[in-house]
Order: sequence, then structure tokens, then C-alpha cells
Amino acid sequence: MDIKDIIKPENLVYQKTPLMTDKTLSYCPGCGHGTAHRLVMEVIEEMGIQSETIGVAPVGCSVLAYDFMNVDMVGASHGRAPAVATGIKRCWPEKFVYTYQGDGDLAAIGTAETIHACNRGENITIIFINNGIYGMTGGQMAPTTLKGMKTSTSPYGRDLETMGNPLKMTELVAQLPGTCFVSRQSVHSPRNVRRAKKAIRTAFENQKDKKGTSLVEIVSNCNSGWKLEPVAANEWMVENMFPFFPLGDIKVDGKLVNNQL
Amino acid sequence: MAKMQGAIVVDIEKCKGCEVCRVACPNEVIAMAKEVNHKGYHYAYQEHQEACVGCANCAIVCPDGVITVYKVKLSD
Amino acid sequence: MKELKLMKGNEAVAEGAIRAGTDGYFGYPITPQSEVMEYLMAERPEKRTGMVVLQAESELAAINMVYGAASTGKRAMTSSSSPGVSLMQEGISYLAGAELPCLLLNVARGGPGLGTIQPSQADYFQSTKGGGHGDYRLIVLAPSSVQEMFDFAFLGYELAFKYRNPALILSDGLIGQMMEKVELREQMPRTTYFDRSWTLTGKPDGQERNIVTSLDLDASRQEIHNQHLQEKYRKCQENEVRFELLNTDDAEYLFVAYGSSARICQKAIQLGREEGIKIGLLRPITLWPFPSKPLAELAPRMKGILSVEQSAGQMVEDVRLSVGCGVHIEHFGRMGGMIPTPEEVLENLKKLLIRK
Repeated sequence: MDIKDIIKPENLVYQKTPLMTDKTLSYCPGCGHGTAHRLVMEVIEEMGIQSETIGVAPVGCSVLAYDFMNVDMVGASHGRAPAVATGIKRCWPEKFVYTYQGDGDLAAIGTAETIHACNRGENITIIFINNGIYGMTGGQMAPTTLKGMKTSTSPYGRDLETMGNPLKMTELVAQLPGTCFVSRQSVHSPRNVRRAKKAIRTAFENQKDKKGTSLVEIVSNCNSGWKLEPVAANEWMVENMFPFFPLGDIKVDGKLVNNQL
Repeated sequence: MAKMQGAIVVDIEKCKGCEVCRVACPNEVIAMAKEVNHKGYHYAYQEHQEACVGCANCAIVCPDGVITVYKVKLSD
Repeated sequence: MKELKLMKGNEAVAEGAIRAGTDGYFGYPITPQSEVMEYLMAERPEKRTGMVVLQAESELAAINMVYGAASTGKRAMTSSSSPGVSLMQEGISYLAGAELPCLLLNVARGGPGLGTIQPSQADYFQSTKGGGHGDYRLIVLAPSSVQEMFDFAFLGYELAFKYRNPALILSDGLIGQMMEKVELREQMPRTTYFDRSWTLTGKPDGQERNIVTSLDLDASRQEIHNQHLQEKYRKCQENEVRFELLNTDDAEYLFVAYGSSARICQKAIQLGREEGIKIGLLRPITLWPFPSKPLAELAPRMKGILSVEQSAGQMVEDVRLSVGCGVHIEHFGRMGGMIPTPEEVLENLKKLLIRK
């Protein structure tokens, strides 16, 4: 069969959502941010809520998320996105409000804002991209950097005694009554992309029912920071990140799942 | 069981040659071109297009969303 | 045998911090100064001098770590860039109010808000006029070379401990990132002497305890405390002004510029003199205390003064205050991280002071 007969509008199976702008992504080749952005936008498109959605961008590699996500967005200062989102959601309770944050943003400088937004049970969606490193500023250690992992501020490997343990913010906020849905996913393989999208969809649907905060963590790669090619970085992630940050639903409908903690 | 024949269109200039699509394809259809785009990336292309079933695995893992997928049902 | 090394500004100040006997550095990543902490982590100063290097969870935490270390008399340092320094203002006010010495570094970038990562000098007000709340001053040193980035680590601590006040090195992204030759001083030993009149090291038997605080609920006592601070600042103004003059003996026009702008002006002076325009430069090295007297002495000779700053014009206000009436004063600067060229600076001197 000639390829020209296949490539016709009526035969379309999949196309990038129009809710992603046409701008070329500023992320490194193979970076999970791109996929995560696209899934959030697909969910918003499929729910038909583009005109009711306001997003909050962080400081980090995704500081320019508003260049790529075709929804109204505000840039928060480092770590404060949940507070900014609270301000928006409290004044516009019927809108869909989400934050999109990295691990430095959410779990280092933003620890207090994250915990308190979840504690108040703000009816928002928090998308948390965890790649164990500060990408934008040049690859420094993050709160989720693994033991022994080399970064520019842990050049000899993360030493637990002087630098502390990697932090599991997701499990922490799952213990708060204010959170209703907490899940950890990844976007490196087709199966995981499909699961991640379902989790993100649930996280947004929950806003309709005013059930509290939904947080979806996406364990992702940082090829530049880890100094690996994308495919190798994903393999490294599966081997090293997943055992410490296991994938799956941690809390559904306000109940912890399978004593995951 | 109907057989599907798929085909993908890659936005060559936006592809960053990350190869995640190549690994995601169940039928090893995709390879990275020897040529480069204007950014210097070896872009993805269908080396074995006839083996493509239009599952869209490649498109959904692509971080830059550069892949569009089509398929037709072949007559049984 | 001189120890010379080609270094980046950020690396030089980090090496300076180690050799000046810093006890603890507490920082957080932010462009364009992350190299300071990266250098310190890679150098392992805990093996060289026992110095502690810690990446804090935020700038807010970092300045409070400095506050803690400083209250015990230790040499504590932190560094950040404009938005991060904004976060530290509460802590800085506490440090000044509690009369604690420490070393701060701001590698300034374009603002306001998240701004850009390119250099700027729009933190002059923040550094010299407060930034934090209350009546206090910071001793502000403005390096315009990589050598000064190294040297001011030593000078900063010296002045901070002399006056029991925070000292701030106000640098910018250009000085922080550029590479120049540095002559390295010898390692100073980390001090083991603590001034028991105010440091917290554990109350000895039979002696009074020490309290470090900036709080006093009795207004009359707080007024006396503020008067004491002001007296300290007066002494500092009398004794610690530092500046540099370049080509001012026969100058008819004067640049006032610091940091990377001073470097750009040096070239603009050269270009101007080739055209027969006699320009000189007064480079403040201490931005606080500001070299008001030297400037006031030079000013009457000048046909015009151009304050060149990468900002909307902040230091120009101090230039006007120092000089008073009678001399034509203008400001030129680019903003948001755009760096002016020497040709642009000269063109604006002509436009604003000569042709007007």
C-alpha cells in the first residue's frame, strides 16, 4: 500500500494536541518535561476545560511552561506555586487550577507551601516532576537526589551524613487529610505514559467534586544533569530511581492504598 | 483479525533525535537518519514502514510531540 | 613566589572565602552565582580547613543558618543573586539589628522579579538603602575585577568584625562569570578566639550569659540601641570610605561607575580621549559608605558628571546628594541585563553632557 494512501486526515490516529503551542520546546532532547506537558494539555483538551483553566508555572527548567501550554498561566516565584494557586482558586472556585513544579521548587524551597496547600486541602492539581536534580541552574543536588548520586554540589556523591536523605514529599503529603489523590507515575514508556495520563485525568476530575488536593508525581529523567543520553537515562531511572520512588497510586479518594507508606 | 497498516509523519525540524520513540516501537520500525536537521539532530524516520501498525506508541512517548500517526485497516 | 591562577569571579570569591578562614558557608543554587557553592563543594574545604559547606533548602533558610553561626562568633557566609537576596532581607535586618558580623555576596542579575540571568546593577538601593526593614546599613564592597572578588572576602570579614555588622559584596553576573588572573593570598587560619563579650559559646560558670537578639519591647531602650547603631555607622563613614580615581587630574567630564560598569567606562575614557574629550572616572569601591567627600571635591572642576549604571539610575541619586547644585549631573544605563558597550557610554556622555 502506498504511504500516500495511509497519510490522509480520515486515517488520523494521533496528533499533538492543539493545546500545546507551536513553539519548539526549550527542554533537552528526551526530557520527560515535554511528555508531561503534553499529557496535561491532552487531559485539559479532552475535558473541554481550556477556557476554565489557569496554570501556575514554577522556577526551574519549566519556568517557561507558559510558552508551551496554551492556557492562561502565571509565573510564580520559586517554590510558591501552591500559594499562588491557592490565591487563584479561592477567588475563582469554579476554575480548574493546577501547578506544574520540579523537585527543587516543590520539595526544597517550597516545602512549606506544598505541605500547607495540601493540609488545607486546596481543590487544586499539583503536577510534580521529579528528576532528582536542579536542571535549570546547572545540575545541583536536589532534595530528591539519591544517596551516592553525583551532582555539581555533591560532586563526590550525595553523602547522607552531611546532606541528609532524599525526601519523599509525595508520601509525606499523602498522610495529610487534605489530599484526596496522590499518585506517582512516569512517562518514559508507552505503558507508563498511558497510566500517567489516567492519573492526571483523575487529578483534574477531582477538582469538580471538590475532594481536596490531587498530587501526581512524575519521576523523570534529566539527561544533561545526569550526563546520560536519553535512552540510557531512562534505563538508569528505571534501575535506580524507581526502587526508591516506586510507581503507583498512593492515595485514592482520600484513602491510602495498600499501606504503601 | 484485521491487519492494520500504519504510517507516521515526523516533524523533522522539531525532532531532537532523542531516540525514545525508537525504543518504544514494538516492531522496530523507527531508526535515526544519517542526515541531520538544521539543528544538527539525527531525526527519527520509519526505516521499516511496512511493519508499522499505527499503534502510536512512538507518538505518545515523544517529548516534543513531533510524530503524527495514521493507519488504515487492510482488507482481510 | 606569587601564587597566580586564572579564575572565574565566582570561583575567586569562593577561594577567597576558604582562605579568609570562613567557618561556614550556607547557600542555594541561583544563576549566575551557583559556581560559588559548586566550587566550594568540589574543593572539600572541610579537609583543607574544617570549613563547613551546606546547601540549604532555600535562601531564607541559608540566611538564618548564617544568623545562627554568626551569633557564635564564627565567620559565616552566604551568596545569592538578586531574587534570592530579596528573600534574605528579613534575615539581614535581624543580623544588623543583633549586631552580628557576616559576609554576604550578591551576584546581581536583571530584575525586577525573576528578571533575567544577565548582569545588572539594579540592586544598589537594596544594598545601600536598606532592602530589609528598619534603620540599618550594610557595609557594601563593589568589586570590579576577579582579583577584587578574591580580596574582598578578606576585607569583608575584616570590616564586618570590626563594626559587628554584615558586610555585602555587591558583584554582578559579568564579574562573577568572567575569568581573569588572580594573585592568591595565603590561607588565614580559622580563628579560635571568640569575643566572650557577645558571642554564644556556652555560659561559663560565674559569668553572665550572652543573649543575641534584635528584639527589645522597651521603646526607650530600643531607641538607645538604634542610636548606638547610628554612631557605629558614623564611625564607619568617617573611616572606611574606599574609592579609585582614574584619569581625573585633567578631566573635564567625570564618570561615576562601579563594578562591571567601571570596566566599561575605562574603555570609554580611552575612546573619548582619543577624540580629545578629557574624561575621568571615580570608582566607588565602598558603595556604603559612599565616597561623597571625594566626589564633592572633584565635582566643581567638572563640566558634567555621568553616572553609568546598569539600571534605571540608582547610584545617581547619591551622586546628586554628594555634589549638591551647580554641576550638571546625568545618568546613563541599560536595564534588564543589557550591557552597554564603551562606544554607547561615550556616545551618551556626549549626548547628555556635551551637546545638551
